[in-house]
Amino acid sequence: MQVRKRWVWLPRLALSLWLGSLAILMLVPILLTVTNSLMTEREIGLNYGLLGQMVDTASGGKDAFVNLKILPDWLSLEQYRHVLVLAPKFLRMFWNSAAMVLPIIVGQVAVAALAAYAFAKLRFFGRDKLFLVYLMTMLMPFQVTLVPNYMVIDWLGLMNSEAAIILPGIFGAFGVFMLRQFMAHIPFAYTEAAKMDGAGQWTIFLRIILPLAKPGLAALVVLLFVDYWNMIEQPIIFLQEAARQPLSLYLSYIDKEARGVAFAASVLYMTPMVLLFLYAESYFVEGVQLSGIKG
Amino acid sequence: MNKGKLQLQRWMRRDTAAALLFLAPSVIGFGIFYAIPFLLGIYESFTDRTMGGAFVGLDNYKELLDSGSFRKAAGNTLLFTAVGVPLLIVTSLGLAMLLNRSLYFRNGLRTAFIIPLVVPVASIVMIWQIFFDWNGTLNAWLNALGKERVDWLQSDWSMGIIVMMYVWKNIGYNMILFLAGLQSIPKDYYETARIEGAGRLRQLFGITLVYLTPTLFFVVLISVINSFKVFRETYLLAGDYPYDRIYMLQHFMNNMFFALDIQKLTAAATLMVGCIVLLVSGMLRVERRFREDME
Repeated sequence: MQVRKRWVWLPRLALSLWLGSLAILMLVPILLTVTNSLMTEREIGLNYGLLGQMVDTASGGKDAFVNLKILPDWLSLEQYRHVLVLAPKFLRMFWNSAAMVLPIIVGQVAVAALAAYAFAKLRFFGRDKLFLVYLMTMLMPFQVTLVPNYMVIDWLGLMNSEAAIILPGIFGAFGVFMLRQFMAHIPFAYTEAAKMDGAGQWTIFLRIILPLAKPGLAALVVLLFVDYWNMIEQPIIFLQEAARQPLSLYLSYIDKEARGVAFAASVLYMTPMVLLFLYAESYFVEGVQLSGIKG
Repeated sequence: MNKGKLQLQRWMRRDTAAALLFLAPSVIGFGIFYAIPFLLGIYESFTDRTMGGAFVGLDNYKELLDSGSFRKAAGNTLLFTAVGVPLLIVTSLGLAMLLNRSLYFRNGLRTAFIIPLVVPVASIVMIWQIFFDWNGTLNAWLNALGKERVDWLQSDWSMGIIVMMYVWKNIGYNMILFLAGLQSIPKDYYETARIEGAGRLRQLFGITLVYLTPTLFFVVLISVINSFKVFRETYLLAGDYPYDRIYMLQHFMNNMFFALDIQKLTAAATLMVGCIVLLVSGMLRVERRFREDME
């Protein structure tokens, strides 16, 4: 028994190292993006110039490949300077993204928290059926409501404006679903006790439920940020004008036109997302986990 | 009859007034941007022209089912879901079970596996291109081994690549959901099983998987939602018309939209909604039966 206890760290270390290498493998694409962003534009051109070109294998192109470099020859901030200082277009797109994502997050969290409270803690006629409708809608891909959505947006006169993306975003069903799952875990004892003390529903919601739902709210903020910072489906339909498009679309053009600075743009684009996640990670994990366990 | 009326009155008396107020913003917005468009879409799918067309019964559906590109897209989406979702669930469950043991740097490992979720698709797409291009790194490795190159994104491999990206991105999210499920299983169940002589495999099927079933239900829902989002990866990597194998229903619907073939699009959308509704109600039924069995 003694011997077994003493050697218990060995398999543990082996498993940790194995999982550690797996984790590093998972991070490789991200790490490569970061290291490549520190190359000069010329180096990027030399390494990846062949990308997307069909080299004729018969005419001596047999050994022509891109050259994936892990570390730059020469550490340089040239790409960042180009993106941030010389090409204000990037900042403009960055702002476009932020100006759509922030209202969506604030709006959806507020609207969803109210509705989720009703679904989780109030009793009313048809509650479960209505919730099922939300659940089903949440599962539909964007394209399913494409036409009628287009008609409604057109009817409201919002075509080619940010509101065409922001408004449907605010009323998305995912927030309601996620927060209801989370709020269902808050014991009825808390709300009942407050009711005994004469608190109204609004007070209970504001003073008891919201503070206790903090991890759920944090998880929702992160997930909405991930989803909308990344959006592709909506802007390709609703924003024809190039100057208004968000960064997610702009990057797909830059990849072809100005490959030399694409890595720096990518890094700048992912940074706010990753920082927010790392900052809120423990809340995020708790919020996601509780929303997944049946309350 | 009388009993039913009484019950209704009791329901109404409860929290209905408060619930209406809490739900109002969400239900109004949800109605305008999702529910009404959605019903309009179903209606459109039975008419011959957008807005005020004549009722044509199932003609649009007949035309849709005769269309080769729809059948191709539907087949691909089905294949992707049938392969991708189970694969993601099995790998993330395995990972969660490993991470649930005592490990060194467990939190760091967990973070590393979630990071891909928060990195925007558009900022990592360059690296995928470098790997899978005709002149890309993967082919350079094949060449070094003396093998012929493969055009990864222009061959049946493309589906495998998209599945891999899907697993890469979503494994962390499912893993934390499963971790919560695993941690909610009381340790003494395993203790008892061991004393009664149950082997590892028996414990996995007899305890772990049984008690994970409610979590599994949630994980399947989230995985299906996220499986529709691989459209982003395919769109950024391969554009509007990717290789046949990865031409998904979302591409089909987008292209029908730009081709102004609204009837086919709404018919396709309605069919897709039908499938999702069937899937979810089937899952809910299974879940309810399971819950009754447990009690």
